[in-house]
Amino acid sequence: MRAAIPLAVQRFLPWHIVLTLALLVSFGATVLYSAAGGSFEPWAGNHIIRFLVCLTIATTLSFIPEGWWRQGAIPGYSAILLALLGVELIGAVAGGGQRWLNLGFMRLQPSEFMKPAVVILLAHFYALLPPTQTKVWAGLWPALAVIGVPMALVMLQPDLGTAIAIGVGGVTVAFLAGLPMRWFLGAAGVGLAALPALFLMLHDYQQRRVLIFLDPESDPLGSGYHITQSKIAIGSGGVFGKGFLNGTQSHLEYLPEGHTDFVFATMAEEWGLLGGLFLLFGFGLLLRWGWRVADRAPTRFGRLVAGGLTMTIFFYMAINMLMVMGLAPVVGIPLPFMSHGGSSMLTVMICIGIIMGVDRETRRDRWSL
Amino acid sequence: MIRWRKIFRPQPVQMVTEGMQRLTFNRRVMVVGGAQALVGAVLAARMGWISVIDGSQYRLKAESNRVNLTLIPPRRGWIVDRYGKALADNRVALRVDIIPDRLHNRAATLGRLAQILSLDADTLDRVNRALDTNHGAQPIEVLSDLDEARFAAVSVHLPELPGVSPTRGFTRNYPTGPSVAHLIGYIGAPSAEEYAKDRNPLMLTPGFKMGKDGIEKYFDRELRGQPGARRAEVTARGRLVRELDTLPDRPGAPLQLTIDADLQDYASRRLGLESGACIVIDCLTGGILTMTSMPAFDPNSFTDGIGRLEWKMLNEDDHIPLLNKAVRGLYPPGSTLKPMAAVALQLAGVDPDETVSCGGGYRLGGRLFRCLGVHGPVNMTRAIEKSCNTYFYTMAHRVGYDAIAPVAKAMGLGQEFDLPGTNQRYGTVPDSAWKMRRYQQRWSVADSLNATIGQGYVSVSPLQLAVMAARIATGRNIVPQLLLSRAMTAPQPLPYPAEMFTVPRAGMAGVMQPGGTGARSRLLIPNVQMAGKTGTAQVRALVNGRNAGSNYKSRDHGLFVCFCPVEQPRYAAAVVIEHGMGGARAAAPVAKDVLTFLYDREAAMQSLLALEAGWGGTMAERLQRRYASYQAEAGLVPTLPVPPDAASSATNNAPVDAAVPIPASGDVPAAADPAPGAATPAPSTAPPAGPTPVPPPPAAAGPA
Repeated sequence: MRAAIPLAVQRFLPWHIVLTLALLVSFGATVLYSAAGGSFEPWAGNHIIRFLVCLTIATTLSFIPEGWWRQGAIPGYSAILLALLGVELIGAVAGGGQRWLNLGFMRLQPSEFMKPAVVILLAHFYALLPPTQTKVWAGLWPALAVIGVPMALVMLQPDLGTAIAIGVGGVTVAFLAGLPMRWFLGAAGVGLAALPALFLMLHDYQQRRVLIFLDPESDPLGSGYHITQSKIAIGSGGVFGKGFLNGTQSHLEYLPEGHTDFVFATMAEEWGLLGGLFLLFGFGLLLRWGWRVADRAPTRFGRLVAGGLTMTIFFYMAINMLMVMGLAPVVGIPLPFMSHGGSSMLTVMICIGIIMGVDRETRRDRWSL
Repeated sequence: MIRWRKIFRPQPVQMVTEGMQRLTFNRRVMVVGGAQALVGAVLAARMGWISVIDGSQYRLKAESNRVNLTLIPPRRGWIVDRYGKALADNRVALRVDIIPDRLHNRAATLGRLAQILSLDADTLDRVNRALDTNHGAQPIEVLSDLDEARFAAVSVHLPELPGVSPTRGFTRNYPTGPSVAHLIGYIGAPSAEEYAKDRNPLMLTPGFKMGKDGIEKYFDRELRGQPGARRAEVTARGRLVRELDTLPDRPGAPLQLTIDADLQDYASRRLGLESGACIVIDCLTGGILTMTSMPAFDPNSFTDGIGRLEWKMLNEDDHIPLLNKAVRGLYPPGSTLKPMAAVALQLAGVDPDETVSCGGGYRLGGRLFRCLGVHGPVNMTRAIEKSCNTYFYTMAHRVGYDAIAPVAKAMGLGQEFDLPGTNQRYGTVPDSAWKMRRYQQRWSVADSLNATIGQGYVSVSPLQLAVMAARIATGRNIVPQLLLSRAMTAPQPLPYPAEMFTVPRAGMAGVMQPGGTGARSRLLIPNVQMAGKTGTAQVRALVNGRNAGSNYKSRDHGLFVCFCPVEQPRYAAAVVIEHGMGGARAAAPVAKDVLTFLYDREAAMQSLLALEAGWGGTMAERLQRRYASYQAEAGLVPTLPVPPDAASSATNNAPVDAAVPIPASGDVPAAADPAPGAATPAPSTAPPAGPTPVPPPPAAAGPA
C-alpha cells in the first residue's frame, strides 16, 4: 500500500496513521449519528469538522522542528502553569471548581495543554542531563517538581482524572529516561501503602465514586447507575450488536452521557464485541506507531517525547474503556476519536502532531543519508 | 526494606554511557508497551466476558429497562347467591385520565376539558398539582365514574384534546348496596401495611382494590383474579415511545353463597328504621338464606374510600350502622329461650303435663320474681304459648340451671360457627362453673331463675338464636353454612329423643294461634303455619315501670324466633330489634313478612311498600337524605349524587357469569382506548395507601 503512495506525499504525512485516525473518527461519527437518533445534528457532523480542524493543527505542529520544541519547553510550561494558577484564583473568587479560563472567544482549559507540556519539558530535561546524572538525586527532583506542581493545582480544581493523566505522562518520560528501577518500585510500594490516606484526602464525591466502583450494584439509581447501565448496554450488545440505530439503552436514555464519556457503551450496544475489537485494534495500531516512532527517533529528546505522548494517548483510551466496563472508577475522561467534545480531541491530536514531527525528523535523517 | 541512603547516595562507580541509556530505553519501551498490550488484552477479555458470557443476563436487563409493564387490575370474581344472582358484580366505570407525556398545551386542553365535563375548581386544582409533579406515561385521573353522556362528549372532542384519555375500567358494584354490607364486606385500595404483608406489584397498581372486610376479605385471593398487562416502550424518564401489546386480565373465580339475594334485600328493607338483625336458615341444609344487620353503610361508597363526612355520619349514628349485629350483637334472649328450656326440663325428668299455678310471679325467699300476667294453672305447652315465667321459674328451681346450660349449648347458644368472613362474638351461656371462674361466686337459685327466662348473665347473638330455632324445629344438629356446595348433606340428629321436641314445637305453634303472644303476626299463607316464640329483653332495670321512659337507649329489645311450616319445618328465622319494646310488637311482624316473602312475594312487597311510604322512601333514598342533611349541617352544599343505578343503567348490562369477559358497550373511537379490547380499566392516580379514611373493624362493644 505504501508503494502506491508517491514518495513526496509519504514525506508530507504518515498516511497509514492518518487513515487509521480517519477510520476511527468515522466510526465515532457513525456512533454519534445513532446516539442523536439518526441525525448528524448535533454531534456527528461537528465531530468530523473538529477532527479536520485538529488534523490541520496536528499537521502544522508536525512541521515544527525539534529545536523549537526544546527552546519553547520552559516558557510554554511556565505559561500554562500561570494559566492554571489563574484558573485557581478565578475559581477561588467565583467559588467552586472551575477548570477553564474564559478568553472571550473561547474557553481555555489549561490542564489539557499541561499533559504534553510536562512530557516535552521532562524530555528536554533528560536530554540535557548527562547520562551519569540519571541515577542520582539531581536527576530526580526537577522531574518531581515539574510533575508535582501542576498535578497539585489540577487536583485542587478538582479534576482527579486529568491530574493522574499529567502524572502518568511525566513519570513515563522519567521511566524511559532510565531512572533507577528501584525508585519506581519503591514509589509504587509507598503509594500502595499510602492508598488509604490518599483515599481520605479525596473529595466526598470522589470517594463515593471509588466505593461505588468497587460495588456498583450498591447504588443502582445513584452514581452506580452509570456503570450499571453501561455494562447493560455493552452486555446486551452481544457479539454482533443490536445493529446500527437499534440500541435501546442509548436511544431510550437509560445510558447517561452516551455521546461523551460513555460513547463506548453506545457503540458496543449497536456493534457488539466485534465493534469493540475493531476499536481496540485501531487504537493498538496507533500506539504501535507511537512506540515505533519513539524507537527509531535519532535524538534522545525525540525518543522520550514520543514515548511519553504515546503513553498519554494510551492513558485516555485505557481509563475510559476500563471505566465503561466497570474496571475503573467513574472519572470524567472521554474516549479519543469517539467521544463528542472539543478539548480532549485537541489534546490527543496535539500529541499526535508532535509525534508526527518526531517521525518526520527521523525519516528526513534517513532520507538525507 | 528500602535502604534510602543507598538509593539517594551518588554512585560514581556506576558509569552510565549513552549506549547503556539507549539499551535501557529500549528495554523500558518493551516494558511499557507490554503493559499497554496487557491492558488491551484485559479490555478485550472483559468485553468478551460481559457481552458473551454474561450477555443473556444483560440482554434481559436491557429488555426490562426498555419495556414498561403496566398492570391492569383484574376484575374481581362475582359473589352470587344460591340462584346465581349477583350480590357483588362489576360494572363498567367510565373515567377520563390525562397522560402527562402526551399533553401539548396544558392550559388550553384543561380549559376545554373543564368546559366539556363542567369540572369544578377543586378538581382542576388537583389535576394541575398532579401535573406539576408527574411526568411520563402514568395517567392522572381527572374524573372517574362519569356518566355516558359526558364520556361520549369527551370522546367526540378527542382530536382537540391531545393527552386526554377516556377509558373504560371496572369497579365493584353491590346491586343492593347496604343490604349486603355486613354480609359481603367491602373493598378498598390496599394500605401500606397490606402492601408490606404482600409485596405484590399489583398492590401498587392504580385502580387495584382488595377485600377489606367480610367475605370480600376472607376470599380475597380467590376473588382477585389474574391481572392483565400492557407492555409499552418507555424512556428512562418515563416518556412513552410506543405501545407494544396488551395481555387481558383474568377475572377472579365467582363465589356462590347460600344466600337468597332477593330475600336478603327484602329482609334488609323490612327492618326499616329499626336497628336490628334478621337471619333465615334453610332447615334442610343449614344454609343461611339471609343474614342482615341494619342499618348499614353502602359498601359501594367505600370502594373509592369513604368521605370524612359520610364516615362521621356512620360513626355518630346511635343505630350503629358499622356493627354487624347478626353475628356481633349480643343480647339477653329473653323468653325466646323457653322452648329450649322445655327440652332441657324434659331431659331432666319434668313431665310436660305437670301444671304449675301462676299467680303472677314466683316467690324465692323474700323476693318476688314477676310473671307478665296471671296465667292460672299452666302445663309446659301452655307455659310456652303464654310465655309464663312462673312455670319456668318453678321448674328451673327444681332441676337447676346446670341441667339446662348443656342443652342451651347443644342448641347453638354461646357457640361460634365456622362461617367465612364473619367475626362472631359468641356471648355467654352461664352455669355454676362459669360463674365460679368468672366471679369466684357460687351459683344461686336466683341466677337460675333469671337465666331460664333469658335474662341475667345470658347473652346470645341473633345468629345463635336462628340456629337454636332451626335445631328445635328439626331436632337435628343444624350447622349454619354460607358457601353453597353440592356436597351439602342433611344434618345429623341431635343426641336427644325425638319426642322431647314435640312439646316445644307445639308450644311455639300455639304462640302463633289466637291467645298466643305472637298471634297477630301469624302467616296468612294457605296451608303454611308458623311456629314462633317472642322475647322481650330488659335493657335497664325497671325504674319507673316497663318502657316508661321514651329514651331510646333504655327501651327493651324485641326478639323473635320462629320456623315454618310447623309440620315439616323448612325455614327457621330469628329477628332481633334493638330497643324495639317487645318481641311481639317489633320483631314478630318482621319475621312474618320475611317468611311471607318466601311463599308470596307480591303480598310481602305490598306490605313493605306501604311501610316504606310511611318511613319516607326506600333505604337508599333515606340514606341519601340523611347524608344531605349531614352535609347541610357541616355547612356544605348538599350534593345529591345520581343513584348508581341511574348512572350506570346504560352500561350495567353485564352477564351473570363472571368468568365471561364483559363486552364493552357503546362506541368509543379507537383513539380513546389505548389498548384494544374491553379489559382496560385505567389506573387511577389515587395513591394506593392514600389518606382516605378506611373504617376499622366494627366497634368491639355490642349493644346492651
